[in-house]
Amino acid sequence: MAEVVLDKVYKRFGSVTAVQDFNLEIKDEEFMVFVGPSGCGKTTTLRMIAGLEEISDGTLRIGERVVNDVPPKDRDIAMVFQNYALYPHMNVYQNMSFGLRLRKTPKAEVDQRVKEAAQILQIEHLLERRPRELSGGQRQRVALGRAIVREPKVFLMDEPLSNLDAKLRVEMRASISKLHRRLGVTTVYVTHDQVEAMTMGSRIVVMKDGLIQQVDSPINLYDKPVNKFVAGFMGSPAMNFLTGTAQDGYIKSTHFDVKPDAELTQKLTKHNGKKVFMGIRPENLGLKGHTEIVEADNAIKATIEVVEPLGAETIIIASVGGDENVVAKVDAHAPVRVGDQVELLADPARIQAFGMEDERNIRFE
Amino acid sequence: MNLRRLGSRSLIHIILIVNTVLVLYPMFMMGLSAFKSTREIFSNPFGLPNTWSLENFAKVWAQTNFPLYFRNSVLVTGGSISIILVLGVMAAYGLARYKFRGNEFLYLFFLSGLMLPLRLAVIPLFVQLRDMGLTNSHLGLMFIYGAQGLPAAVFILTGFLKALPAEIEDAARIDGASEFRILWSIMLPLIRPALVIVAIYNLVPIWNDFFFPLVFIQSENLKTLPLGLTVFMGQYSTDWAVLFAGLTLAAVPVIIIYVIMSKQFIAGLTAGAVK
Repeated sequence: MAEVVLDKVYKRFGSVTAVQDFNLEIKDEEFMVFVGPSGCGKTTTLRMIAGLEEISDGTLRIGERVVNDVPPKDRDIAMVFQNYALYPHMNVYQNMSFGLRLRKTPKAEVDQRVKEAAQILQIEHLLERRPRELSGGQRQRVALGRAIVREPKVFLMDEPLSNLDAKLRVEMRASISKLHRRLGVTTVYVTHDQVEAMTMGSRIVVMKDGLIQQVDSPINLYDKPVNKFVAGFMGSPAMNFLTGTAQDGYIKSTHFDVKPDAELTQKLTKHNGKKVFMGIRPENLGLKGHTEIVEADNAIKATIEVVEPLGAETIIIASVGGDENVVAKVDAHAPVRVGDQVELLADPARIQAFGMEDERNIRFE
Repeated sequence: MNLRRLGSRSLIHIILIVNTVLVLYPMFMMGLSAFKSTREIFSNPFGLPNTWSLENFAKVWAQTNFPLYFRNSVLVTGGSISIILVLGVMAAYGLARYKFRGNEFLYLFFLSGLMLPLRLAVIPLFVQLRDMGLTNSHLGLMFIYGAQGLPAAVFILTGFLKALPAEIEDAARIDGASEFRILWSIMLPLIRPALVIVAIYNLVPIWNDFFFPLVFIQSENLKTLPLGLTVFMGQYSTDWAVLFAGLTLAAVPVIIIYVIMSKQFIAGLTAGAVK
């Protein structure tokens, strides 16, 4: 059991900086998720923790030890790869025990640990099989098994579920969470899927272009994004962004004139006359007359273009002034038809505003 | 459509059958002649032998140096293929899986060996081996065959090793495997088909080679089979019957090894295909 601390870590490939100024303290037993679009440096960072990539600058500490120059095998970590990376010529038992056998663990102990791990992962009946005789989900379990028999201080997982189909992914997501609770091992989990990040992480690191954007708990990332990128990345359907102008605490355009809650209104006064992005999540919009959101200087005029009834709710995509769209989740029984002119009410407490240039959340200035 | 496919298929089969006959008939003749006396070979060259006598084989084995030549051939061929496989694997592994300056150049340098017929360089080669004291020795032959086989071996093995996913190597490294262990326990089993290809590719030419032993071997007790068997061809008379028996005996082990290895090779290919 150990904490992992990255202090001003950089990774450069020639003239390209893949990761810069990465500062993070991962607590013991924490489930830390790195999330971001592809090429954001999340996998590179994970590989640096694993020791598969050299650290260009900064220090990396696992437990009490600085491990910058420690080879992977001595870092007491285990890693699960996206394509499983099982050894094709070994059966499941040999795959899982390979690391232990290399460390000259007594045979009886190897046997016991493999059997235990197999039992936890419900793959006891597969021990004699070769990887090619297994399904994707089974292979992923074996890959997890190979990691847990080692009883490492830290688990590193590199998009372990992205090769699985949607249903299996949901299942394995729960299994991994359960496994983490049971074993209590510090885990670093890389994914590009924000749903995975939200559901699994105790904390999430959102990255973009090699830079940490925000580190926070899932709910804080969702409710209090520090910038437009984080706001847009977390949540599905994504947050709506509409361009407007800050004026006396209001955000105005030809199609809306919205007054956020007191906190944001006050901050907005400093931006008087400047263009801003107004951010509002689809579930924080309601159809006038069919929502609990009270009308009070918060209406957005829009024309419905697409209606997607999902049963429990209805998603509408509506055009605001022709060149911008909003997505809204509305009551399933609201009478909406394509072509309708409607007024959407925004929940004032949930409105975010982002500067046009720095894209930072004005609420937290 | 179906008829056309049938047509092209039978054409392929006709070509294959003709090819098979062309390749097998001389060997068949060699085998038959090994049972005949020299006189019978001339009087009845294409027919079956009158009696299936093993006399020629007994003569080859007991009255000539055949067992000695055979042992020499096994030693030289085995040694050469070991050199090619060991050095080839190590060179290819370095070229395929490590990034370093001059990697590409080294690879091309190995490949350039493919275009160089070693026989043309026989005089400098002779001078060099003489200076190293390696003429008239098995080791000298093995070095030459090693050098001759390496370019193709590096070419084939590098291709296979490059195709293996990097994650498997990473996984092994995290599991605690040393560089050598990764090569030995993870990479080698996965490229076994390629190793078999390299071995087959070199086995027959080395076993049958006449030129280099002729140039470099003088002592009777160091001669390999192709060189040794020429003692049956005299200037005035040739004991064809014994020669054919010797050739047959010489061919049998290679054919057996070839068949066994081919099976392995094909098994390896199909195993890879469904992975």
